[in-house]
Amino acid sequence: MSNELAPLTDPGLPEHVHRKADVDPRAAKKAERQVGILFLLSVVGTLLFIYAYVGIDESIFIFLPVLGNTNAHQLFLGLGLAMALFFIGMAAVHWAKTLMPDHEVIDQRKEQRSKDEDRSAFVSTVKERAGEAGLGRRPFIKRTMGLALGLVGLSPILLLRDLGPLPENELNETNWKAGTRLVTDPGDRPIKPSDLEVGGVAQVQPAFPEGKVRHLDDIGKDSVLLIRIRPEEFNLDAERLSWTHEGIIAFSKICSHMGCAVALYEQTTKHLLCPCHQSTFDVTRAAKVIFGPAARPLPQLAITVDSEGYLVAKAPFNQAVGPSFWERDSK
Amino acid sequence: MSARERIAGNVANYVDERTGSAKWLKKTLTKVFPDHWSFMLGEVVLYSFIILLLSGTFLTFWFDPSMREVEYEGSYEPLSGLKMSAAYASTLHISFDVRGGLLMRQIHHWAALIFMAAMVAHLMRVFFTGAFRKPREFNWIIGVGLLTLGIVEGFLGYSLPDDLLSGTGIRIAEAIIQALPVVGSYLAYFVFGGAFPGEVFIQRIYTVHILLIPGIFLALITAHLMLVWYQKHTQYPGPGRTEKNVVGYPLMPVYMAKAGGFFFIVFGITAFLGAVASINPIWLYGPYTPGQISAGSQPDWYMGWLDGLVRMAPPLETHAFGFTISWNILIPGLIIPGIIFTGMALYPFIESWMTDDKREHHLLDRPRNAPNRTALGAMSITFMLVALINGGNDLIATHFDLSINQIMWGTRIGIIVLPPLAFVITKRICLSLQRADRELVLHGRETGRLVMLPHGEFIEVHEPLSPFKAYTLTQHEQPAAIAPAAEDLNGVRNPKGARAKLQARLSRAHQEQIAKPTSQEMLEIEDHH
Repeated sequence: MSNELAPLTDPGLPEHVHRKADVDPRAAKKAERQVGILFLLSVVGTLLFIYAYVGIDESIFIFLPVLGNTNAHQLFLGLGLAMALFFIGMAAVHWAKTLMPDHEVIDQRKEQRSKDEDRSAFVSTVKERAGEAGLGRRPFIKRTMGLALGLVGLSPILLLRDLGPLPENELNETNWKAGTRLVTDPGDRPIKPSDLEVGGVAQVQPAFPEGKVRHLDDIGKDSVLLIRIRPEEFNLDAERLSWTHEGIIAFSKICSHMGCAVALYEQTTKHLLCPCHQSTFDVTRAAKVIFGPAARPLPQLAITVDSEGYLVAKAPFNQAVGPSFWERDSK
Repeated sequence: MSARERIAGNVANYVDERTGSAKWLKKTLTKVFPDHWSFMLGEVVLYSFIILLLSGTFLTFWFDPSMREVEYEGSYEPLSGLKMSAAYASTLHISFDVRGGLLMRQIHHWAALIFMAAMVAHLMRVFFTGAFRKPREFNWIIGVGLLTLGIVEGFLGYSLPDDLLSGTGIRIAEAIIQALPVVGSYLAYFVFGGAFPGEVFIQRIYTVHILLIPGIFLALITAHLMLVWYQKHTQYPGPGRTEKNVVGYPLMPVYMAKAGGFFFIVFGITAFLGAVASINPIWLYGPYTPGQISAGSQPDWYMGWLDGLVRMAPPLETHAFGFTISWNILIPGLIIPGIIFTGMALYPFIESWMTDDKREHHLLDRPRNAPNRTALGAMSITFMLVALINGGNDLIATHFDLSINQIMWGTRIGIIVLPPLAFVITKRICLSLQRADRELVLHGRETGRLVMLPHGEFIEVHEPLSPFKAYTLTQHEQPAAIAPAAEDLNGVRNPKGARAKLQARLSRAHQEQIAKPTSQEMLEIEDHH
């Protein structure tokens, strides 16, 4: 498909066509007026902006179709600014299009590549100067310099070390221990099985000893979802069934995929859905993943009641909660 | 000489005596810029960057990048008395108690969206017209760098208010860091100063968002523009336009007025959006806590494809010897984006190798005249769109009454099937358009006028194209594909045989063309008439 036959010849730039304003002074005058009016509209915008800033109270809301209830102060401030800027632009462009010369100009290009003599002059200069430094003749300097430059880069990296502590075993731990009471979130009240009806869901946290403050870090690993269904609906092995109490089952609320809060519980299907990536867990089968990208069930917390009848953890989580990490011993 | 001219002369003299810039300035002011609407896309990126700097600086005067817990006492009553981070509280303060604060926040956010959108549009323009070819490969790579940084910068920006939605986004970013083999949990602890969410993250990304990345942006944009300046802008093909010249308008006054004016137009439109279109109403989301979430959690659009990929990933994890590798995070979150952006950065070199073309190119391609490249572009866009659609699968499901499972499976299959399909279809469309161009040049434009000849035959009158138009449609090169030469004359295999064979194959695919009409053919046609 080579193109040995002659291509069409280049007819060159088409002849320039004059605009109306170029030949008709009246049209030019009109264009001038239009540009002026556009600039004046910008002035109106700035005045509106100033008026909105000092004259429109921030508490006034007006109802506008499509936009709904809108804060008048912010709205007119914005509209004023928009007008002030937009019409400056329109005026400049209109000016350029109607009154400034519209003759296309031709400029020549030159190849990016330097002339051969410049290139060879450059190469010989580099060689000559590098020779003057004598790096090639003094290997000891070359090697020690390489070592020094290589090592000096370590200092800033080392300085970053104190950005944070080492993870140690923290990712495997939560504040749940055997006997820790489940308390409502929010509210911090201990709960009894009777507080939760069949079909009900509650978010709980481990009870903290007096004086200990709950931080977001704690909520990020301790959050647990209690769900109550009819006990006969469970489809669990004996061990996991013994982790439930009167149809109440407890899962970590922190998604095993990427750590979002698994907050959507569908009562009819008994599915838990993570709104971030739609991983879906079956509550009746120990939060087995039935859809989506999560690869592991939500960790289940073994629960029972203490002597006063309040729900407590029977044991800590038997695995790390939240998203996976390299050292995670996945069971 | 008027007084004004004398003052101007004195100023010019003062500056030139100290900088010797008269010659350079004279050349600069008459520098020629080609005119085309698609060249404005890059301008929009630059202007939104300036808008971002201006509005962002305003926001820093009130924003408090701290995760210190405070009680909200501002004028937004629904959140009154609630415990929240100082970052969130100060964002509420900007939105409700600083005059023009909400406007500036919304302008800043809209400008960020426009910045990214214009960058993607500019990227497409450069790709589909072949503007990345020699000598502009450096600028292509700088562009890929700017796009990548832009995504990071945007993400950090909308994470700063520390609201429930953005906190969830940070949680996901933390999970990606944590998923890195061997170093993941260490890196996550260093970045967050301990367990997630910790108490230092917002102040750290604040420094990165307002100093580090904007600084790199400034440096890269400067280099990008200097190269454009020095190499002179590419131009679309047409009569009078060659590889050796550049046809357009001089910087002063036409281009200055148009480009300067356009800055104000972009700023004006952004301000209009900021005035009327509510964006990221963080007061509706509430402060961040890891135990809660709002349904329909969505990232901004330029992150949506990444989220979509993560959503559609199959649930794969490897558990062995007490270690875990999360393929369901690593593949969509790091490996695929890594391949996409590396491939994009390398594309100019790949194409130059495929076509064995080492010459300079200043005339742009019409996309149809580079069918293979156009098809590759369409394929990539299709991939991204399918991923993006899945990033909004929950919203699509609720709005169109579909099941999320259907959409997820649709996009899982679609992301494998649709891109190759887009490639084939686009390539065929390009070749058909070439055929149409050929017809048009040889037989002229159909006028729609039917004429009955004396002997009763009906014909449609074709109007010959102007020589300008005909030249525009035929000026492009149609180089031959590289001939496969795996064996020399004696039948000895070339040691680089496999490579050369692959190159020849790719070159054949790349140079598939409909032969354009030549002047000989035109003459023959005229003889017939």
